[in-house]
Amino acid sequence: MAGNRNLEAYWKENLTYVSILLGIWFAVSYLFGILMADSLDKIHLMGFPLGFWFANQGSEITFVILIVVYVKLMNNLDIKYDVQE
Amino acid sequence: MNILTWTWIIVGLTFALYIGIAIWAKAKTTGDFYIAAKQINPIFNGMATGADWMSAASFISMAGLISFMGRDGAMYLMGWTGGYVLLAMLLAPYLRKYGKFTVPMFVGERYYSQTARLVALICAIFVSFTYVAGQMRGVGVVFSRFLEVDINTGVLIGMAIVFFYATLGGMKGITYTQVAQYCVLIMAYLIPAIFISIMLTGNPIPQLGFGSQLSANGMQILGVTEPGYLLDKLNGIQQELGFSAYTGRGTKTMIDVFAITFALMVGTAGLPHIIIRFFTTPTIKGARSSAGWALFFIAILYTTAPAVASFARLNLIKTLSNKEYSQAPSWFKNWEKTGLVAWKDKNGDGLMQFAKGAAFDGKINFEKDASGNFVKGPHGENVVTTPQTPLEKSTNELYIDNDIVVLANPEIAKLPNWVVALVGAGGLAAALSTAAGLLLVIASAISHDLVKSMINPDISEKGELILARIAAGGAVVIAGYFGINPPGFVAQVVAFAFGLAASSFFPVIIMGIFWKKATKEGCIAGMFSGIAFTAAYIIYFKFMNPASYNVAANWFMGISPEGIGTVGMVINFVIMYVVSKMTPEPPMAVQKMVESLRYPRTIE
Repeated sequence: MAGNRNLEAYWKENLTYVSILLGIWFAVSYLFGILMADSLDKIHLMGFPLGFWFANQGSEITFVILIVVYVKLMNNLDIKYDVQE
Repeated sequence: MNILTWTWIIVGLTFALYIGIAIWAKAKTTGDFYIAAKQINPIFNGMATGADWMSAASFISMAGLISFMGRDGAMYLMGWTGGYVLLAMLLAPYLRKYGKFTVPMFVGERYYSQTARLVALICAIFVSFTYVAGQMRGVGVVFSRFLEVDINTGVLIGMAIVFFYATLGGMKGITYTQVAQYCVLIMAYLIPAIFISIMLTGNPIPQLGFGSQLSANGMQILGVTEPGYLLDKLNGIQQELGFSAYTGRGTKTMIDVFAITFALMVGTAGLPHIIIRFFTTPTIKGARSSAGWALFFIAILYTTAPAVASFARLNLIKTLSNKEYSQAPSWFKNWEKTGLVAWKDKNGDGLMQFAKGAAFDGKINFEKDASGNFVKGPHGENVVTTPQTPLEKSTNELYIDNDIVVLANPEIAKLPNWVVALVGAGGLAAALSTAAGLLLVIASAISHDLVKSMINPDISEKGELILARIAAGGAVVIAGYFGINPPGFVAQVVAFAFGLAASSFFPVIIMGIFWKKATKEGCIAGMFSGIAFTAAYIIYFKFMNPASYNVAANWFMGISPEGIGTVGMVINFVIMYVVSKMTPEPPMAVQKMVESLRYPRTIE
């Protein structure tokens, strides 16, 4: 059935989006905020050491942006594959 | 008007508002009661989720905790926000498509097993009760600090309010009340933060303020002569006093910080009272965006908290360290009578020394005379009867409770009395809103998962609604009992709640949605081993002789009990995968159901 192939493609694209977005999620918090924080702290952004900033502010702000991007992408994807409510 | 009068007025007004909302939003059906009939607008749902999420601990204690932990403290900020990204992308839209009432119900249907449902039910009730006991205690503590009533009386007043609006309004009443509570708590948090930021740096946005240079006014208040960035000043003074730099690495190892952050994130995404919020939106689009709104409203407080933490830390050290008691700011003397701050002149030089380590050994107690007045020491301070830690162990002479950072904020910023009162109302809003959301999970688990689907499936709609109200009422009473008689381990149970949510619900739901071939045997084996491992680890280190067992050298890979949920989660995933591979595939009907969760539209 042709419809089924479309649904598979929809699901695949969804998983691709989510993997990329969660990659960024991991990078800003675990990489920049924890694992690489000591080296990033040598760079300053205003009065903030960069690793400290990512842990205290950057991660949280990025998380909000990631969800906004996800919502936009998925709403468009629903329409593209005609599976919207 | 004095602080006490203002507090009674503001707390009274907010309580009247919550009750009014509950009467207006009375639940008429079980659908209303469990999931507000799926009628909640995503922005309101986001605010309600925010209030539900931010507990008394987030509001009162978190900034203080960060202020004493420095960069390590950011694990709470990342851990308690990052879970929403997982919720938005991996759980919320699919569970909303599922469209039923509770988390144990999803587990039971997806894994075609009443046993799985029962395990999930027990976990949900356990996690919610551990959490709610702390909230009722929080209500009592706020009452006693701001309204000068006994802690137990405070718990009773809080119980009465929650009892009224949770049993009457169900999810619908709770949600609209939480919207109001969010507004109260965020105002109470932001107003003092904005004014302190202006006072010290001239920048009205606290999130930018703590990365700014000190203003002329700020330098004068803090007694600093050289201009410079606030955080640089803070690092400098910390090191001068023998602490590690505020923005640098703290006392925890990197792997432990990593594991704790991860356990908190995954635990957030596995907490039943948060997950059910996404059952209440009208559409799947709405479920996705309401996770975004929720995180937005939460992030407003969570990005302000570290700013408050560093303002307070710098201010505390600068205005107290090496000063005479008579020169101490007035807020210090105001809060001294609550036992949240204390000083003892250990070395006899008449100055207040602030240094690494604890000044006293145990809870602060003051000496009182026969008529109950504080006995004053030679400098006018209250005399502490708690034994001091020996000088060679710590030269610190000051006890400063974490909570003081938020509680004394308005006085530090020299704001009018009504702002102090507003902070009290904010703390109550934070505790009550979280308690109500948890009580609803307990009520629905009992009336819907236990009675309706396991004991008496023939119960009528009306009977189930009455039962749900009775269950909510019963849960309030039990929670109140634990609030008045807190079990000794209340402080330890947060690790428990998150660890269990991380090692039980999260893997089971994720696999249930993303892998059609996950079987009932896999689910039960995975949940059981994840929980058993996590619980055993926490019990071993936290409850059995913690003083000698609970040290980093004994930990598995250096991971503390707070972070062990991460390992429990991995175990659950692995066991579930292996066992699912070895057992017969799920029935076609279940695989079709999982398939249908993936597409917003119902496809035949």
